[in-house]
Order: sequence, then C-alpha cells, then structure tokens
Amino acid sequence: MASIQTEGAKTAKGSDRPNVGGTDRRFKPLDLAMKRQQYRPEALIEVLHKAQESFGYLEEEVLVYIARGLKLPLSRVYGVATFYHLFSLKPSGAHTCVVCLGTACYVKGSNKVAEGLEQELGIKVGETTPDGKISLMAARCVGACGIAPVVVFDGAVAGKQEPENALARIKEWELG
Amino acid sequence: MDLTELIAVGSAERERQKSVRVHCCTSTGCRAANSQEVLQQLQAGITAKGMGDRVEAVGVGCMGFCGRGPLVQVEPAGILYEEVKPDEAPSIITALEGGKAKALQGDIQHPFFAHQVKIVREYSGKIDPERIEEYIAVGGYQSLHKVLYEMTPAEVVTEITRSGLRGRGGGGYPTGLKWATVAKMPGEQKYVICNGDEGDPGAFMDRSVLESDPHLVLEGMAIAGYAIGANHGFIYVRAEYPLAIQRLQKAIQQAKKYGLLGSQIFDSHFDFKIEIRIGAGAFVCGEETALIASIEGGRGNPRPRPPYPAQSGLWHCPTLINNVETFANIAPIVREGADWYASIGTEKSKGTKIFALTGKIRNNGLIEVPMGISLRQIVEEMGGGVPDGQVKAVQTGGPSGGCIPADLLDTPVDYDSLTALGSMMGSGGMVVMDESTNMVEVAHFYMEFCRGESCGKCIPCRAGTVQLYGLLTKLLHKQATPADLDKLKELCAMVKETSLCGLGMSAPNPVLSTLRYFGEEYEALLPSITDLNGRVGRVPVSQ
Repeated sequence: MASIQTEGAKTAKGSDRPNVGGTDRRFKPLDLAMKRQQYRPEALIEVLHKAQESFGYLEEEVLVYIARGLKLPLSRVYGVATFYHLFSLKPSGAHTCVVCLGTACYVKGSNKVAEGLEQELGIKVGETTPDGKISLMAARCVGACGIAPVVVFDGAVAGKQEPENALARIKEWELG
Repeated sequence: MDLTELIAVGSAERERQKSVRVHCCTSTGCRAANSQEVLQQLQAGITAKGMGDRVEAVGVGCMGFCGRGPLVQVEPAGILYEEVKPDEAPSIITALEGGKAKALQGDIQHPFFAHQVKIVREYSGKIDPERIEEYIAVGGYQSLHKVLYEMTPAEVVTEITRSGLRGRGGGGYPTGLKWATVAKMPGEQKYVICNGDEGDPGAFMDRSVLESDPHLVLEGMAIAGYAIGANHGFIYVRAEYPLAIQRLQKAIQQAKKYGLLGSQIFDSHFDFKIEIRIGAGAFVCGEETALIASIEGGRGNPRPRPPYPAQSGLWHCPTLINNVETFANIAPIVREGADWYASIGTEKSKGTKIFALTGKIRNNGLIEVPMGISLRQIVEEMGGGVPDGQVKAVQTGGPSGGCIPADLLDTPVDYDSLTALGSMMGSGGMVVMDESTNMVEVAHFYMEFCRGESCGKCIPCRAGTVQLYGLLTKLLHKQATPADLDKLKELCAMVKETSLCGLGMSAPNPVLSTLRYFGEEYEALLPSITDLNGRVGRVPVSQ
C-alpha cells in the first residue's frame, strides 16, 4: 500500500485508515457521497464515480476506504472497479485525449487519427506518456457520430478530426 | 397542481415567448462545433439591434442535421442556417428585418427533412430542454394527467397494446405485452427502468432524445409506473453522455418542483419518483439483466432468463425495462390514441423509428421515419448517398446486427424484414459504407469490440469471441486456410447458440452477414495455391 506515492497515501502513512484526522481534502466529496447514499452498498458505482472524480483514479487506499464505508468486502469493490472501463486504477496524465473508435468514426478513419497520435506521443492507446502529461485513450462511441471522426480533448468533444489537427492540439499541450 | 394550473403554466409560457424565436442547437454535436458561442452572438445581436421585445435567441435540443452543425433555425418562418460561425450570427438577426444573412442557408424541403414523420422528435430542436415550462407549453404532462384521471391502469396497458408499439431498444418485443406481464405480477413493490445505456457504436438516438426532450421520457416512465403499479423508476444513462445526465437531473428537479413527479402527482394517490443511475462504460450493461445488476451496484454480469425481469428483476421485484425511445412514444400515444399510432407504419411494425445515419454519407444526422420506408429512400434520398462513390453496404444494429448489401436496399425498414436479412433493427444505428470499405475488416472491427466487451461470465462468449477474432486476424494477414474459414463458420454458429446473453448470441452476426453477402472477400484473402496442373487458383471453399 505504501508503495503508491500520492498525496493521499502520504497523509495516510502509518495508519490503515487513510483519512484519519481528515487531513486529505479529497476525501470530503467521497464522504459526502457515501453519506448522501446512506452508506447503502448498492451505491457503490456512484461512490466510485465520485472517488475517481476527486482523486483522478482509484488507488488502493481509496478502494479500502470505500469498502469500509459501504460495509462491503474489498474483493467486491475491487471486482466492480475493475469490471467497468471508466474506472482506472492507474493515475492518468494531466491531459487526456480520447479517440472515438466507434463504427461511424472508424469508417471515417479514426484509426488513422489514433495511429498518428500513438506515433507522435510514442505510446499506445491506453497508456500515459512517461512524463505524466498526456494519456491517450480510446472510446467505443461518444454518440457524436454526426461529426465523425471525433476526439475528446480533456472532456471537450471535437468533431471532423484529421491526424493533422489532432496532432496540432496535442502539440499545444506538449508545449504548455 | 391540477389540470387548470398546468394549462395556466403553459399559457403563461406561451405569453412570455417572443413572436420570433431564433433556435440554436446546444446538443453534443453542435456544441462541439462551437454552437454556444453562436448562441451568445445571436443574443448579443438581438441586444445590439434593440429587438429584445419581439425576438429571442433560445438554446434548443437536436434538430437532427448533426453533420452540418451548428444549426440555427428562425421560427415561425422556419428558415434554417447551417454551419453557422459565431461571426455570422449577428447577420441572422439583421436579416430578420429583410436582407440576406451571411450564414449558409439550408433547404428544409430537402428529403432529409421532408420524408420525416416526427412523433418522438416532434419538439426536439423546438423547445429549451432545460425549462419545463416550454415542455408544458406544448402540452407536456397532459397525457400523465389524462391517465391518472380518465383511465384505469388496465386501460392504459390496453391502449399501449392496441397501438402496436414494439420495444425500440432492438429486440422489438411488444411493449403492451411486457407491460401487461409486469402489471399482472403479484407484489407490492415494482420498478420501472429506462434503459439509456446506448452502447451500440454509431447510434446516438437516445442521447439526442434525452438531451432534447428529457421530460417526454420522464412522462412516459410515470405513465408506465401508473399502468403497472410501480412507484419508483430508474433511468440508467451511460457516463459517456454527460450533457444528457445533466439535463435529466435538471428535468427531474423541475418536475418535482411542479408536483409532476414525487408524491401525490396531480393531487392523486399516485406517487412516482425517478432516480438516475450512471453507467461506467460497459457495453454489456445494455442487456437487461446486466443492467439490473449494475443498478444494484455490482458487476454488470447478465444472468440466465427466465425468470425474466418482468417476474423477478431489480432486487427480485417485478421490473419493467424499456428503452428511452419506447418511453418517449408513450405520451404521444396516450394523447393521440392507439388508433392514430397504429395507422402509421407497417402491419407488424407500427409507428416511427429514429435512425442515426452516419458513415460515408453526405447528410449525417438523426432522422425519424415511419416504419416500412425503404433503406434506399433513407440512404439515397434522405442521406444523399455516398459522396464521390457508391453505397456498398449499410450496417444496422451495431455489433449485434449485420451488413445489408447495396442490391437489397429496397428492403422496407421494419423489425421482421431486417431480421430476415440476417441483420436487425437494433437501437437504430445505420452506418453507410462505400466501396473503399473492406467487409472482412468491418467484421474484424466488430469482433474486436465484442471480444473487449464480453463480460467473461459464459465460456462461449468469453473464449469464442477471442477465437473468432483470432481467425479473422489470420484471414486479414492472409495466413488462413480453407479449414480456418470452415472453423470460423462453425464457431459462429456455436457462439450464437450457446451464449448466455444477447451480447454473445449476436456477436457472430456481423461475421455471418458479411460471409453471406460478401463471401468472395473472405475467399480472396485465402492464400493462392498452385494446383496439380500448374495453374494458380484459389482453394475452393465448402459452403
């Protein structure tokens, strides 16, 4: 557990409850979400969403914390967190670039966009650049098929993407 | 709230609305093309011109022509502007007093619009989805009042049965029959679930309905709740649709405030509350039993049926699950009557269906057409055909459907005709492919999708999709033998017949349909051999 060096882990050192003393503010939205759901076990997915929003990803400490809060075995929490694609157990980069590989985007050449980005960044889809700056991901479909091919840059949908303009966007991030 | 008050809210809203409304689409597609700035510029243009007393710019839902966004439409004149840039927006306002706007004007007489029959999307792109008053002003929630005060639950079920409405999620199960089954089940606690986990890549009808007219879905769910005797509903939406979630949350809040959801709706004894559940990116959760498992907070693993959710669903209670579009059809059916609805469409498929027309096609977007319209009319007339090329195939039904070749485009679009062709209606994705598309690659693409999305619970799907994917990869690398092709067919049949849920049962469909119509492309990928007489030929393939 201690091997995960994040703020949450650091504040929690020496204790099996990461938020003892309530020093890490990122636990606050999580506590609030669990309280609002009255610590019902069926609220697990909502709580995981909140946790990921607050922490950026689901580190082991957080999963343990949620398991205790909702009175669920850790295996169950881990099982759910790993089942759904949107939950990530690894930290993601400062920026995220999601290439849609749905059918409409695929037919219009989104795989070329993805390949172009892979080459530029030197990583594969699903990975983060070694400097932790950019995560490249793929989506099954973001439902913006009318403007295919689509790339989502930090949550903002951009339509009609070619490898060139997607690369230009990434370069802005790399400089910034 | 009673009916008089509801009508009063509606008239007050109509009173408030200015005589000229400039609608600007603020749904996901147009938003990505900067429509919010266009809306701001329109508002600024109105202020600058001092026309605020008679003109208003309104952010509305989807107008359908997503490929040409941002879209702006001036009502009541009906003038449509396409690909509007923010700096062109003020000229649209100036043009209201005569003259021509700088923005590109669209043709609303084009078959893309003219062939549409709008039931679900009637007010989509015409009302502000974030204001319940606009929905009430066009007659919203009157159907709910009608069922509560003028109909018994059994009469509502009969009305829906008579309308001939079938599930719009893909399966096409008669909606009335499903409602009747749940209504008959004993038990105090029942649930209504709206399936908004639109996972088929290439489909975005449900997103558009939820973003453009969320109250229509909520009203449909409440009517369903009354009909089957449920007081609690869940709406399960994909996390990939943040705007739809946000608008739904707002809609539920507003409906509660008006007493149209919650306790004692319209001062009757009927209570109905709706909660949103957000998915987390699992395609299999579109399957009803997996969706229920996900709402219960677990892994989205499907379970064998029977018992069907109608008998034992959410927390083992009788549960009604319908798709977003199905629920969106309910209020219009109650308002206009079952006979009216049944008069639209074909003998076995009634009403309209929304399709997401995408891929290699000139006019991209959403269309709502009567059942029975031919694929050719949709693709060639409405869609305008393939730019610089020929249609090769139309893919319907996403990863569960199949590819329909160009020479079968005269097929009418209804549940049974598409199934007979080895495809399916599906939720309504329609991806057009041109001559440059390699059909084996398409099959490979879908198999990769299913392989990744298989939940892993049953072996035929978990291992079968991996094996099928491997065989297709081998084919594409020209390393397959005729025996591999035979194995491919055999495995397809096995996965189809023995998988636990719809995902596995339909996963081989894209392979089977491309094999059926484009078999020569598979054979062309087999390595050539030199036969005994020294001629170079292809290995014959057994059928």
